[in-house]
Amino acid sequence: MSDVENKVKEIVVEQLDLDVEVSELSNSSSFVDDLGADSLDTVELVMALEEEFECEIPEEDAEKITTVQQAIDYVTENA
Amino acid sequence: MSDLFDLTGTVVLVTGASRGIGRDIAETLAKQGAVVVGTATSASGAESITDYLSAHGGRGAVLDVSNADSVDQLMAELKGSVGLPTVLVNNAGITNDKLLMRMNLDDWQQVINTNLSSIYLMSKACIRGMMKAKTGRIINIGSVIGDMGNPGQCNYAAAKAGLIGFSKSLAREVGSRGITVNVVAPGYIQTDMTDELDAAQRDSLLQQVPLQRLGTTQDIAQAVLFLASGAGAYITGETIHVNGGMYMS
Repeated sequence: MSDVENKVKEIVVEQLDLDVEVSELSNSSSFVDDLGADSLDTVELVMALEEEFECEIPEEDAEKITTVQQAIDYVTENA
Repeated sequence: MSDLFDLTGTVVLVTGASRGIGRDIAETLAKQGAVVVGTATSASGAESITDYLSAHGGRGAVLDVSNADSVDQLMAELKGSVGLPTVLVNNAGITNDKLLMRMNLDDWQQVINTNLSSIYLMSKACIRGMMKAKTGRIINIGSVIGDMGNPGQCNYAAAKAGLIGFSKSLAREVGSRGITVNVVAPGYIQTDMTDELDAAQRDSLLQQVPLQRLGTTQDIAQAVLFLASGAGAYITGETIHVNGGMYMS
């Protein structure tokens, strides 16, 4: 697992208060459909990613980050 | 019972705290153990706040509530010192009374910016820290005029009515994080503003008030303390009218 992938998953597990190990979190998991996030959770998640990777994620991009893999890809490309 | 109102260690931000209602709110919460930062627009105002709060571990800070940069600056400063507030009291406000026919766009916007846009800016700046803490209290100081209207105060009434809708919406957004958002709406309170009234004006005013006296800043501060403390934990999106009965919603 790359550093970025690991860090993103750590943030997801922490923000969504998930009862799984980082290594068990599937990249294809959808925050809302699979991990039980509500709209406020997804906003918080994006803010946590911004903070960790010191980047600003515009609203139109934030809307497109709906799975773990999309978050990893976005951070890899933009941070 | 008294523990219910204990705020020991809670970081509180009160805007417009150099005098009047804001000052009494800041002092009252500080006496309950809160670490209170009170804001004023000028350095001398901030100093006077430090003078009365320092005994309780609080202090004053300079802030223009209608300026986003000023708000960001203060939040960064708080983050590095006392920590982000989990209680925000949006008290700062101004009046600029004129009949609508005489009210120009500047008169309108100045009051909307200071009394309403400020609440957007301050709440947004504080909400992230509250979400992380999974607790928070936002208390917006409204006015009976927001419900009743008053000739000469179209701008002020619009702002004060506007903050009620804002508070109800935000209360619904962040309720799941243990954050409450409420309004305390004062009636006629004895302050510098009402001291200027003459005896006849005062009498006619009191005829509208069943409790037959002007309110005190303490009357308002106690309602704010109630909402800020554990006692008010299950109240959100609500407006508490503190007006001696002059208006009953």
